Amino acid sequence: MSAVLSATDAARMGMHRKRKRMNVIALTLSLGAMAFGLFWLAWILFETIRLGVGGIALSLFTEMTPPPQAETGGLANAIFGSLVMVGLATALGTPIGIMCGIYLAEYGKNRWLGRVTGFISDILLSAPSIVIGLFIYAIFVAKVRSFSAIAGALALSLIVIPVVIRTTESMLSLIPNALREAAYALGTPKWKVISSITLKAARAGVLTGMLLAVARIAGETAPLLFTALSNQFWTINLTEPMASLPVTIYKFALSPYENWRDLAWAGVFLITLGVLALNILARVLFRKKD
Amino acid sequence: MTLHRIAAIATASAVLAFGSTVALAQDVTGAGATFPAPLYAKWADAYNKATGARINYQSVGSGAGMRQIRAKTVDFGASDVPLTDADLAKDGLIQFPTVIGGVVPVINVKGIAPGQLRMTGQILGDIYLGKITRWNDAALTALNPGVPLPDAAIAVVRRADGSGTTFIFTNYLSKVNAEWKSKVGEGSAVNWPTGAGGKGNEGVAAFVQRLPNSLGYVEYSYAKSNKMSHMLMRNQAGTFAAPDDTAFKAAAAGADWAKSFYQILTDQPGKDSWPITGATFIIMHKVQDKPAQATNSLKFFDWAYINGDKMASDLEYVPLPESVKALSRRAWAEIKDSTGKPVATK
Amino acid sequence: MSATFPADPPRSKVAMEKSALGGGPPARARRTPWADALFSAVAHGAAWLTLALLAGIIISLTISAWPAISEYGLSFLVNAEWDPVEEKFGGLVMIYGTLATSFIALLIAVPVSFGIALFLTELSPNWLRRPLGTAIELLAAVPSIVYGMWGLLVFGPLLAAYVQAPAQALFSDVPVLGALVSGAPVGIGILSAGIILAIMVIPFIASVMRDVFETTPALLKESAYALGSTTWEVVWKVVLPYTKSGVIGAIMLGLGRALGETMAVTFVIGNFNQLDNLSLFAPANSITSAIANEFAEAAPGLHQASLMYLGLILFFITFCVLGLSKILLSQLQRGEGSRT
Repeated sequence: MSAVLSATDAARMGMHRKRKRMNVIALTLSLGAMAFGLFWLAWILFETIRLGVGGIALSLFTEMTPPPQAETGGLANAIFGSLVMVGLATALGTPIGIMCGIYLAEYGKNRWLGRVTGFISDILLSAPSIVIGLFIYAIFVAKVRSFSAIAGALALSLIVIPVVIRTTESMLSLIPNALREAAYALGTPKWKVISSITLKAARAGVLTGMLLAVARIAGETAPLLFTALSNQFWTINLTEPMASLPVTIYKFALSPYENWRDLAWAGVFLITLGVLALNILARVLFRKKD
Repeated sequence: MTLHRIAAIATASAVLAFGSTVALAQDVTGAGATFPAPLYAKWADAYNKATGARINYQSVGSGAGMRQIRAKTVDFGASDVPLTDADLAKDGLIQFPTVIGGVVPVINVKGIAPGQLRMTGQILGDIYLGKITRWNDAALTALNPGVPLPDAAIAVVRRADGSGTTFIFTNYLSKVNAEWKSKVGEGSAVNWPTGAGGKGNEGVAAFVQRLPNSLGYVEYSYAKSNKMSHMLMRNQAGTFAAPDDTAFKAAAAGADWAKSFYQILTDQPGKDSWPITGATFIIMHKVQDKPAQATNSLKFFDWAYINGDKMASDLEYVPLPESVKALSRRAWAEIKDSTGKPVATK
Repeated sequence: MSATFPADPPRSKVAMEKSALGGGPPARARRTPWADALFSAVAHGAAWLTLALLAGIIISLTISAWPAISEYGLSFLVNAEWDPVEEKFGGLVMIYGTLATSFIALLIAVPVSFGIALFLTELSPNWLRRPLGTAIELLAAVPSIVYGMWGLLVFGPLLAAYVQAPAQALFSDVPVLGALVSGAPVGIGILSAGIILAIMVIPFIASVMRDVFETTPALLKESAYALGSTTWEVVWKVVLPYTKSGVIGAIMLGLGRALGETMAVTFVIGNFNQLDNLSLFAPANSITSAIANEFAEAAPGLHQASLMYLGLILFFITFCVLGLSKILLSQLQRGEGSRT
């Protein structure tokens, strides 16, 4: 009797040890993956800071993009242009994306429109950004016969929309139905269930989607090349070509002039810092009060 | 609650943004070649300080610039590749040159000093065709007695993206190497038989500086500011010319600008000519829908012709000879508005 | 009509008073009975708009690509010749480059992102979670041109010296692997582009995976722990199956980024329009890189149309990959019970 028991026990102990080992291996690999990700981040950030921090000065925000070999100069018009176009694109794209994500998760789960739109949105996700820029060029810039900041914002919003749709839909789909059913049981109308309860429960994920989208468009050059073009001078006119940080960086970084290259790296530093700040700010504002 | 606050701020800024779409004075917009972009930026900045007018030039590439001017989304286009007179007539355009520059082959070979290596177009073409693959090939050693050419493979570097620089370079190779002309030909982008593609002049410069025993071609301003090792090229007269301002000017002097502005300055006659020289052009419509913008553009170029020479030399470009400037000004008289009145006010 | 949601409560005031008389709590009058219809209309409208946008892009792309489509038809897909001067174009080189670099990118990024998400949700101490998560998302904030320049100037030479040269020394005699590592190790090519894409894509996949893992009901995890599972078993056997649609969504997000990335790839892929060998170290070209490099200077006509045709092919590749993933997902979900 005891022999049988100990054989079973031995087998069980063996299995237990194997599972424990598996656990340790998996968790160590996971730690390794985290370290791997952080390593690249640290390296790239180090290079970005090393090359860019030297160019940070007040003049960056107060002076316009200079001609080559000039003594003074800054990125004021590019910074303003980026803020305006990214802001406009996010303001345009996020509501559309969230509403479409809501449609996909709440209304369209079993309907052809839902399935097709979900599929379509995923295809749009991997559209090369230059193709989106050319599309806006064809339907807007060529018709209006002028490059403009509005066209740039439109192109960027087309990049924001699929990212927000995908994350919103994923997050909303994962909210258990029990939550919705409880709300309905209390007599809440459908639109309120979605906006005040389901969306609120998923808000961390939806916010991640928005932040990922903003991070992406903050550094996009190709869609702006044929829509907003760029501008050497200061302008707040949205119907004119407007400078932006990524396009300016693209032009300046590949030039043989040192003042331009320094400004390009300072611009890179600014974009990275800006997106980080936005990230932290947004997380703080929308913090889940646990 | 925070959601409402955010929404309020967003709405307010949106109103502000749209409210700022006030009709301000229109800038003049131009787009095209990357080669003269730094110079046009400098000219525009000085012009803005002198007169307050704003000329916004953006480098999107010669091909894109031509597309934009044909689509009338910009006031003038710029191209390193001149249009033939037939093409100009077809679209109702005129072109005129603004400045001259050169394309310079550069190398990175330990033991060979800048300006020490001698090269002909035939050999250069063969290297880019992949026919000559080692530095100590018979053709090179015969031309360069005494130069320590290593027994190593040539790491060929060329442009990945289309550009006017490539057009000038391949145009030259087509003129001096028959096999290049038949196999590859000339263009802003060609089917390169060999070589790694660098993005932009900077990409090519980066490759050449990093790869030992490499050979590439860049605009003169890049070679000069990155202090790259250049070589002497044999020109049509048989001299081995070095790339510098006098050599480019000598090449430009040989062209017959009075006949037509369609001049490609490669392999020009002249004792000191640099064989891989090129001019860059401005393209405008003959009949203007927006005559005021055209007048402002021409005023800018006139100002640049008068005041821009020193700025051009500072940036390693070569200003046009006075005779060519006069020819340009005469050509401007052809730009008219829809009623037939010439746009240039002088 | 979706059958999962209960019907809306009665709307008229009379009906509500009736229910109050019936002994229930006094029902609040619906102040905005049209809100539901409006909300639903807006949601439907957003879906139609997205559909219209993509249709618009595809139509516009097809119109620009038409000269090339009518000239080459499907032979464009298998022809490797790209000659702008002779006006002969074929997209095989770019298609191969795009597929190879994205495959390498996902091969590296998916396990790493999974590890990062696992770490963030199970292993890391609470106070470290937010900062580490933000740090990973910061990788997404770096503009793509920086990845390109960093890849070309910093990473490439190091890759050539420490990875490519030793790999060549080790594997050059092995039959299949040898072909994959042949060619001059200059640090550019498909492998470099793939690795840099992997780094760019990790923040997307990892952040969404983390968010998705966090939605697993604690009840499910606690039940598993109560049965004696190790942390790894909980994640592998409970969390991952529960969140698999979200995980696949995250991977799609990353794949989208990898397929469509232009700037970073164009710096390090070498832009070589011939397909001499299948080596990972050889310079190659990708669809996005070709369009970005050549579009500005492309002569109107066959060159431009061929570039647009390449863009259309990229959409089609995405379509196929997504279709396969949907099929995979539906196979996996067939074994599921109902969710609560």
